[in-house]
Amino acid sequence: MRASILRSPSPLPGFGLSFGIMMTVLSIVVLLPIGALLGRGLMIGPGDLWGMVNSRRIWAALSLSFRAALIASLFNLVFGLILAWVLVRYRFWGRRFIDAAVDLPVVLPTAVAGISLTAIYAPNGVFGQALAPFGIKVAYTELGIWMALIFIGLPFVVRTVQPVIEEIDREVEEVSATLGAQRAYTLRRVVLPTLTPALLTGFALALARSVGEYGSVIFIAGNIPNLTEIAPLLIVIRLEEYNYNAAAAIGIAMLLISFTMLLAINVIQIWSRRRIGLV
Amino acid sequence: MAFGGTAPAHAQDKVEILNVSYDPTRELYRDYNELFAKWWESQGHGTVTMQQSHGGSGGQARAVIDGLDAQVVTLALSADIDAIAQKTGKIPADWQSKLPHNASPYTSTIVFLVRKGNPKGIHDWGDLVKDGVQVVTPNPKTSGGARWNFLAAWAWAEAQPGGTEETAKAFVHDLYTHVPVLDSGARGSTTTFTQRGVGDVLLAWENEAYLAIIELGADKFEIVVPSVSMLAEPPVALVEGNIHSPGQKAVAEAYLEHLYSPEAQAIAWKHYYRAWHTSAADPKDVARFPDINRVSISHFGGWAEAQPRFFGDGGVFDQIYSGN
Repeated sequence: MRASILRSPSPLPGFGLSFGIMMTVLSIVVLLPIGALLGRGLMIGPGDLWGMVNSRRIWAALSLSFRAALIASLFNLVFGLILAWVLVRYRFWGRRFIDAAVDLPVVLPTAVAGISLTAIYAPNGVFGQALAPFGIKVAYTELGIWMALIFIGLPFVVRTVQPVIEEIDREVEEVSATLGAQRAYTLRRVVLPTLTPALLTGFALALARSVGEYGSVIFIAGNIPNLTEIAPLLIVIRLEEYNYNAAAAIGIAMLLISFTMLLAINVIQIWSRRRIGLV
Repeated sequence: MAFGGTAPAHAQDKVEILNVSYDPTRELYRDYNELFAKWWESQGHGTVTMQQSHGGSGGQARAVIDGLDAQVVTLALSADIDAIAQKTGKIPADWQSKLPHNASPYTSTIVFLVRKGNPKGIHDWGDLVKDGVQVVTPNPKTSGGARWNFLAAWAWAEAQPGGTEETAKAFVHDLYTHVPVLDSGARGSTTTFTQRGVGDVLLAWENEAYLAIIELGADKFEIVVPSVSMLAEPPVALVEGNIHSPGQKAVAEAYLEHLYSPEAQAIAWKHYYRAWHTSAADPKDVARFPDINRVSISHFGGWAEAQPRFFGDGGVFDQIYSGN
């Protein structure tokens, strides 16, 4: 279907113009920077690239970045769904206020978010003090990185799932109930499948945002090599050493891993759409 | 050196210059810019506007290399200005001989800031690696101050009886295992230690340590002076490649030259830098500094040698974290 669109433009006028605008903007905003990064990689050569990435410290940083992003996004997947559900299905005092507050992590400068979270979770902060007797440290540990990533990723899940929940026909749930299904069964077999594509999109967005997050994380992370040093920080450190090639190498590694992950999520999404017959 | 007042033809121009500096000099240059603007106008010139930019010294140098239009750089160590000179050619290679005292109008050193009463009994470098002591210092890769901290620790370890390069390496290795947070700049580390309550001792610029006590209360922190520290010379230079007019050149040159005037030196003393001239300084500002055995960077063969050896890719600092 897509191929036929390309061959014979739709009867509506303006295809050439809008296609041209799209390609120009896309090139300037997205393709050129990524192309420059990959171009630098080609100049360095795959052997040297591998040599620059293949060190214990860089693997530790990459694994930390992707692990923390994954954990935070999974948390957001569950909590974001619950939050969206509550906001759509229930009417309570302060609902609009909470609804508006969900967007705050996106609006807030990430440095502000990082500093605020650190102030709260530091050993002398409000939560930090409360958690200290249990031996739980949040600021300057991996747990702190999770907190920061959960904070910045939450809106993406909520905002993608919310409109889909609003669209669900409540009659469908009622039909399910009249046919004898339990609440849990209805939720699992009727509601969740409808939400899966949106949930996956929200998850992918939150994940993508978290993997590259720098501003908020560096304040709360501690930044100790091999322990709490995220990959984007390592890129900045390489830049400060004027080692642009090594910085590009880490950037390319992140790009490849992210691309593979997003591709996998897309495949799951196509599969789940087919399954519930939305295609 | 033809400085100051050499461009009368442009006297009435409104000139603007950008001073790209490192982290803990915010307060110093705020005062100095005011002093300089007044002095410059009193010499019959037009008005000048000074813009300031502050951040970790290494990052600031990179910003200038990448094109930040600074007319004047005042950084934490000469290696960062050398980097600008080498990568861009906008600063002549012999920049450090163009102004007195290795182009360093003021000096400083590295001291310890500890919590009031010094509960962990920290008196010298050796105490930093005792069990249960946490040390806060920034990342030497991104912070100039942190590089002085690193070298001061090294210098102390080497000066111990039986001290060798190997024992020094083992000591700094041990030291960094006591560091729970590596901030990217000196000011970040000060915040981590003072506001977040992390760590038992902060390795700090002397002026930063005094500032913390003034700002946050002498009832919370105290300064411990170690037996050995560094003679830190934060240098200044004119970025000739970023000079766009003769008027701007005159201002930028005078701006640096005037840093050595008794009035400007008094400001440096006031902001807890160890400056050179005391004639206009408040004697109290001068007297408050204790004597300290300060090792010069020339002990390490200058920054040209120390920078790649300790902080370059695969250097001593990298080895600390690439091991197991």
